Amino acid sequence: MSLIDLANPSRFLKFADRVLPWLGGVTVIALAFGLNQAMGAPDDYQQGATVKIMFLHVPSAWLGMLAWGIMSIAALGTLVWRHPLADVAAKAAAPIGAAFTLLCLVTGSLWGRPEWGTYWVWDARLTSELVLFLLYLGVIALWRTVEDPSRAARAAAILTLVGAVDLPIIKFSVDWWNTLHQGESVFRFGGSTIYPTILVPLLVMAVAFTLLFVTLHVAAMRNEILRRRVRTLRLMRAQATN
Amino acid sequence: MEAINHLPFIVGSYAAAFVVVALLVAWVMIDFRTQRRALADLEMRGFARRSAAAALAQAKEEA
Repeated sequence: MSLIDLANPSRFLKFADRVLPWLGGVTVIALAFGLNQAMGAPDDYQQGATVKIMFLHVPSAWLGMLAWGIMSIAALGTLVWRHPLADVAAKAAAPIGAAFTLLCLVTGSLWGRPEWGTYWVWDARLTSELVLFLLYLGVIALWRTVEDPSRAARAAAILTLVGAVDLPIIKFSVDWWNTLHQGESVFRFGGSTIYPTILVPLLVMAVAFTLLFVTLHVAAMRNEILRRRVRTLRLMRAQATN
Repeated sequence: MEAINHLPFIVGSYAAAFVVVALLVAWVMIDFRTQRRALADLEMRGFARRSAAAALAQAKEEA
């Protein structure tokens, strides 16, 4: 089955029913393995045991940005190609991306207090991440405000594409400005600055979190398709009774 | 000593992650049950989407 075939909502529902139990199972195994790796990782020579917060904080940050990236591609699908599943994918990704961004902010604060001596500082990385969270709330509010899904989809798509400007700002904020947040240490020219005994558990947790995101996103898309069918039938019922 | 001092921050982070993930999973599962039940209820009352209704009518004609 190709990706084009899945563009049909009915086919997507069948696909989701088939893959979700497997995806869920693989995600649980990956998370268990990742947590085991994270707990077994040695303390950092400077940060000590608090480095364990990184195994949650960094994957959450990546997924918060990945979700908005997916929403941006879906927004193009809505505005340019009017793809039947594009706005379903965007709407389903928003609450999940918001949750991971919130988790990134919370774990970042809890990591910042022992390392920096403060829960929060208005530096470029933290502020741009907070802006991403507020953008998520804005998109979710927009979806809930406009009753007609197709009109809501177009408005949300425009906001999503405008908000995508925040992604490179988050990524390069530590290079463009002098921030309290540390510089790029995983994906950088010259290789990672993290020692393999800590880097490997981090990458395993990143894969596990990505699997969790994919599972939740497919499940949320299935729910959204069902919600639209329910809405259509309720409109039919309302017309029949009038 | 340092590890003990920082333990609440580490435990707090993992507890926050557990709560967020649990809420996401619960939201997805409860929403699925709600939508499936609503759809089944409407279909039981005789409302079906045009494509489903057309397929049903065609099947009846062929029978």
